[in-house]
Amino acid sequence: MALRAIASRKTLAALGSGLRAQARLATTAAAAAASRGLVTFSLPDLPYDYGALEPAVSAEIMQLHHQKHHQSYVTNYNKALEQLEDAVARDDAPAVVKLQSAIKFNGGGHINHSIFWKNLAPIHEGGGEPPKGSLGWAIDADFGSWEAFVQKMNAEGAALQGSGWVWLGLDKEFKKLVVETTANQDPLVTKGANLVPLIGIDVWEHAYYLQYKNAKPDYLKNIWKVIDWKYASEVYEKECR
Amino acid sequence: MATATVAATAPLSNGFLLRRGPNEGAKSARGLQWTKNQRQSASSRRFGAAVITAKFDLKPPPYPLNALEPHMSANTLSFHWGKHHRAYVDNLNKQIVGTELEAKSLEDIVIQTYNNGDLLPPFNNAAQIWNHDFFWESMKPGGGGKPSGELLKLIERDFGSFEKLCEELRAAAATQFGSGWAWLAFNPRPSDGKELLVVKSPNAVNPLVLGYIPLLTIDVWEHAYYLDYQNRRPDYISIFMEKLVSWDAVGAKLEVAKAQAA
Repeated sequence: MALRAIASRKTLAALGSGLRAQARLATTAAAAAASRGLVTFSLPDLPYDYGALEPAVSAEIMQLHHQKHHQSYVTNYNKALEQLEDAVARDDAPAVVKLQSAIKFNGGGHINHSIFWKNLAPIHEGGGEPPKGSLGWAIDADFGSWEAFVQKMNAEGAALQGSGWVWLGLDKEFKKLVVETTANQDPLVTKGANLVPLIGIDVWEHAYYLQYKNAKPDYLKNIWKVIDWKYASEVYEKECR
Repeated sequence: MATATVAATAPLSNGFLLRRGPNEGAKSARGLQWTKNQRQSASSRRFGAAVITAKFDLKPPPYPLNALEPHMSANTLSFHWGKHHRAYVDNLNKQIVGTELEAKSLEDIVIQTYNNGDLLPPFNNAAQIWNHDFFWESMKPGGGGKPSGELLKLIERDFGSFEKLCEELRAAAATQFGSGWAWLAFNPRPSDGKELLVVKSPNAVNPLVLGYIPLLTIDVWEHAYYLDYQNRRPDYISIFMEKLVSWDAVGAKLEVAKAQAA
């Protein structure tokens, strides 16, 4: 897998030396693992600037969320996978089992956040526009109305205790849309093998606290202004073909 | 240890009290059912949610909100205590109105609604009230340093050294994934002779439900440290250990725990 370019337009704008060191460390570790033929994962770039989702989500949050939290999941996922490979190679079953939670936390964190960045876009690029086409109709059919769907997502997100995610998912067996929550970084598939994530909203406190503090419902109300449906529609149409 | 304080309430003959069962329409039908008292007459409902008997109070920390600066900011305390902790109190009071839980102590409500792991709706609020009362007591202005006396002796006996305890506590706090707490707790019935142990718990769970007696806690929900430390949880944990922890409080709680166990 190609090594991640550190000096992209987005990251240059905010780089401190600590950040450079961290990215270098992650890249060095990834390089070492890659040289052993191990697949490594890397932090995807955002297709928009950190400040592009303001005022719904602040630039400060976007930068920390992407460069610190998501990066940390990627780094630790790669580490866990490397340790897993070693444990399998030396036939150490207890070690293999012990690594499962680290893989779930960090792999899940990488999966979930990668989807999340695709679910967001600046308003001038379509963020906030409800979906049209087949996904739009499916939302009306399965939830009654767009408003009812948003209400359900927000209610479930607000009621989630601790850290986790609220999802719009597609049950690809029954071709039905569902709203589900997952705890911590559990991916949606842990709620059902047939569930495909379309839209995920991060309700870990790090996703909103600096801006909204304890007012999680305000965060949920406002994030819809930058939720983008291109990715979700693509996935939906592919699964429902 | 935090105890419930019973606020003075209007006599129940006051027809203006709104009595509502907890989580109406929600999934409270499973597991342990608590009895609902008779509703007041229909006329009382007109008064909405404004008149609810407050059974539990929001206990203030044993120091002013700015007393832990610069290690834990007044800003953090104003949200953490003033909003989060307050909301748990308000919400539990609403949940237990008109139920048998109203007559119980906070600790009893925590254990009962833990329901052996099949959590009932009031658990989150009740346990979080308990946990936060305990958290404020676990810190003091000018905290940090080392424990002494009986507490230090037990620490050295059960962990090898004070440094080893700190290492374990820091690791537990750093590796509690998602929201939760790290604890030093007292086990009144240890099978291995070790009375002190480090425990980490998710969300609102605390060592009471495991049959242990909490001695010290650090809150690692992100709201506890995000305003001051952002993602840097390890830095927050270090500062907690070096500048905030009240070993006096831990020692006092150990004495109570030993007396209870005797």
